[in-house]
Amino acid sequence: MRKMLAVGRKEFRQIARDRRSLMVLLFVPAFFLLLYGYALNFDVQNIQLAVHDSDRSQASRDLVNAFVESGYFRLAADVSSSREYEALIERGEVRAVLVIPSGLQRDLLTGHRVPVQVVINGDNSNTATTVMGYALSVLQTASAQYQAQVSTRSAPLVTVESRVWYNPQLRSALFLIPGLIAYIGMISSVVSTSLSVVREKERGTMEQVRMAPLGTGSYILGKTLPYFVISLATSVFIVLASMALFGLPMNGSWALLILALSLYLAGALGLGLMISTIAESQQVAFQLAVLASFLPTMMLSGFVFPIASMPAPIQAITLVVPARYFIVALRSIVLKGAELSAFWTELAALAVYAALMLTLASRRLARQWA
Amino acid sequence: MAPAILVRDLTRRFGAFTAVDAISFAVEQGEIFGFLGANGAGKSTAIRMMCGLLKPTSGTAVVDGVDVSRDPEDVKRRIGYMSQKFSLYEALTVEQNIRFFGALYGLDDARIALRMKFVIEMAGLSGREKTRARDLAGGWRQRLALGCAILHEPRIVFLDEPTGGVDPVSRRQFWRLIEEMSRSGVTTLVTTHYLDEAEHCHRIAIINAGKLAAMGTSRQLKEIFARRPILEIHSTRPVDVMRALEQVPDIEKTTVFGTAVHAVLRTPDVDLAGLARDLNARGLDVSGIDRVMPSLEDVFLDVVEHA
Repeated sequence: MRKMLAVGRKEFRQIARDRRSLMVLLFVPAFFLLLYGYALNFDVQNIQLAVHDSDRSQASRDLVNAFVESGYFRLAADVSSSREYEALIERGEVRAVLVIPSGLQRDLLTGHRVPVQVVINGDNSNTATTVMGYALSVLQTASAQYQAQVSTRSAPLVTVESRVWYNPQLRSALFLIPGLIAYIGMISSVVSTSLSVVREKERGTMEQVRMAPLGTGSYILGKTLPYFVISLATSVFIVLASMALFGLPMNGSWALLILALSLYLAGALGLGLMISTIAESQQVAFQLAVLASFLPTMMLSGFVFPIASMPAPIQAITLVVPARYFIVALRSIVLKGAELSAFWTELAALAVYAALMLTLASRRLARQWA
Repeated sequence: MAPAILVRDLTRRFGAFTAVDAISFAVEQGEIFGFLGANGAGKSTAIRMMCGLLKPTSGTAVVDGVDVSRDPEDVKRRIGYMSQKFSLYEALTVEQNIRFFGALYGLDDARIALRMKFVIEMAGLSGREKTRARDLAGGWRQRLALGCAILHEPRIVFLDEPTGGVDPVSRRQFWRLIEEMSRSGVTTLVTTHYLDEAEHCHRIAIINAGKLAAMGTSRQLKEIFARRPILEIHSTRPVDVMRALEQVPDIEKTTVFGTAVHAVLRTPDVDLAGLARDLNARGLDVSGIDRVMPSLEDVFLDVVEHA
C-alpha cells in the first residue's frame, strides 16, 4: 500500500512536469468537446426553400406560410418555372423546392386530393432525409387542417400526435453529447497511460524499479491512481461544460454518474496500461492507443451509429467496446434520470472490463519482470 | 565465511546464441570483483541473471545464501543494483528520487530521513536537494544513482558499467566510494570495459564471448607474461616497426600501444641492444626499446586472442 502510494505520488509529479501528458489529459478533452460539440450536429436548420406557386391563391399562400412558420425553412426564392428552380438547386442556393400546382384552392374546397411536390437536393442523404421529414410533417399538419375545414361533420378520425420523450425537441446534440463524453474520456485516458509504462522502459527507470521488491499489482495500481484522479476530474468538468454550452440536462443522480464514470475510466486506464506493457517505444504505444480508443469508441459504441442496425458479426464485436455500456448508462442518467436498476447490467459490464484490463496489464508486466 | 556470490555453470541462451556460457566463480564478502569484457561479451547478461532480472537457461547463482532462480524477490531485497543508464527519474528532484526509492524498498519515514542525509553527504549533493535529476551533471547523477541503489543498506551491490559517460575526476571519486563500501564489508560486483578501472578491483574475471576466459588478481593475471617479456619500442614509424618485428623469430606478436609498439617475446632472454641496432639499420628511427611490466590491457588482449 505504501509502495503503491509512492508510485502514485511519483507518477503524479512526473505528469505535472511533463507537458505532453498535460496536453493529452487537459487540453485535448477541452478542445475535442468544443470541436465536436459544435461541429457534430445532425440537426438541419435554415433550409433554403424555393417556391414555385402556380395557384397564387389564399390556400397556396397558407401552405407556404406553414413551411416558413415551422422554423426549419426559410423562403429564399419565388420562381415561376421548373427551369428556374433547377438552376437554383444546381448552384446550391436552395435545398428544397415546393411545387404547388394550379387549382390547389379549388380542389381543396371541393374535397379532391391534391398532389403537392417537394423537390429535395439529395447530394447529402442525411440532410435530405431530415429535410424530407420536416416537409412531410408540415404537409401532414396542413392537410389535416384542410380536412377538418372541409369535412362538415367532424374532425378526422385518426390523427397522429407524437411525443418524443427525454429529448422533446429531438436535438441531436442531446443524443450525441453523452457519446462525446465517452469518446473524450476514452481517448485521453488511454493515450496518456499508454505512454506511462513504456516511457519508463525507454528511459531505463523500469529496470531500477524492477530491481526493487515491488509487486506488479502495486506498480500498476500506483500508476493508475493519478491518471484516474485527473481523468475523473476532467470528465466531470466536461459534463459541466456540456450543460453550460450545449444545454445537456442532468435528470439523474450525480453519485450514479460518478460511479459510471469511475468504472468506465478505470477500464480505459487499464487498456492504456496494457498497451503500454506491450509496446516497446512511445511511438508504437501512441499509435496502438489511438487505434484502440478512437475507432471503436467512435464507430462501435452507438455514439454515432445505432448498434441495433449493424450486421450481427459487428454487433458481436461491440460487446467488448466499453463505451457501448457507458453511453447507455450515461444517457439513462442524464437524459432519463433513470435509477440504478435500469442500467446496472451496463455498470457490471464496465466493472468486469476494468478488472480484466488491470489484471491483464499487471500479469503481462509480471511475466516481463520475471 | 560463506562466499557472498557463488555461481555455478551459469548459462543463458537467446535462441541459438549463447550469451553466457557456463561460467563459475565465487566472490568473497567485502571483495570488489570486476567483470572485464568487450561490449557484447555477456557481462550484463551475467549480472542480470545474478540479480534475478533474467532467468538462467541452466546453472545456479547463489547470492547472499539465496538461490536466485528459487527466490528472486528475496535476492532483490538483499542486493543493490545500479545499471549503466543511472535510472533516476529526471523530472523528480534529488530528495524526491531518494524518497521514492526508499519507499519502494519499504523503508519507513524515519529511516528514509536518515539514509537521505547519508546519501546526500556521500554523493556530495548538499545544497542540491531540490535540484531535478535532469539538471545534475554526470558525476552527481551517478553518485545519486549509487546512493538510491544502497538506500536499504544491502550487503552486496551489483554495478553494471556504472561509470559510462562520466569524467575521469568523477570516476575516481566514484571508485573511492566503492572502496569505502568494501572496507565496511560490502561486496561489489562491477562490470566495466575500462581497463584502468579494473585495476581497482581485488579480483578480475575476463569475459570473452560468454565464457570466463581468465580470473584472478591483477598480479595473477599478469603472470601469463612471466616467461614472455614485453618490450616497448618508441619510434617515429610504429607501423613499419611492427612490420619489421614480425620477421623476427623470437617475437610472438606486436600490438600498437598508444604511440609505442608492444612486442611479446617467446623467450625470457633477448638481446635488446642487438634488436635496436637491427631496427635502426633498416632506418626505422628507434628512440627507445625497454622491457615493461605487462598492463591489464596486454593481459586482456592476450587472453581474448588465445580464447
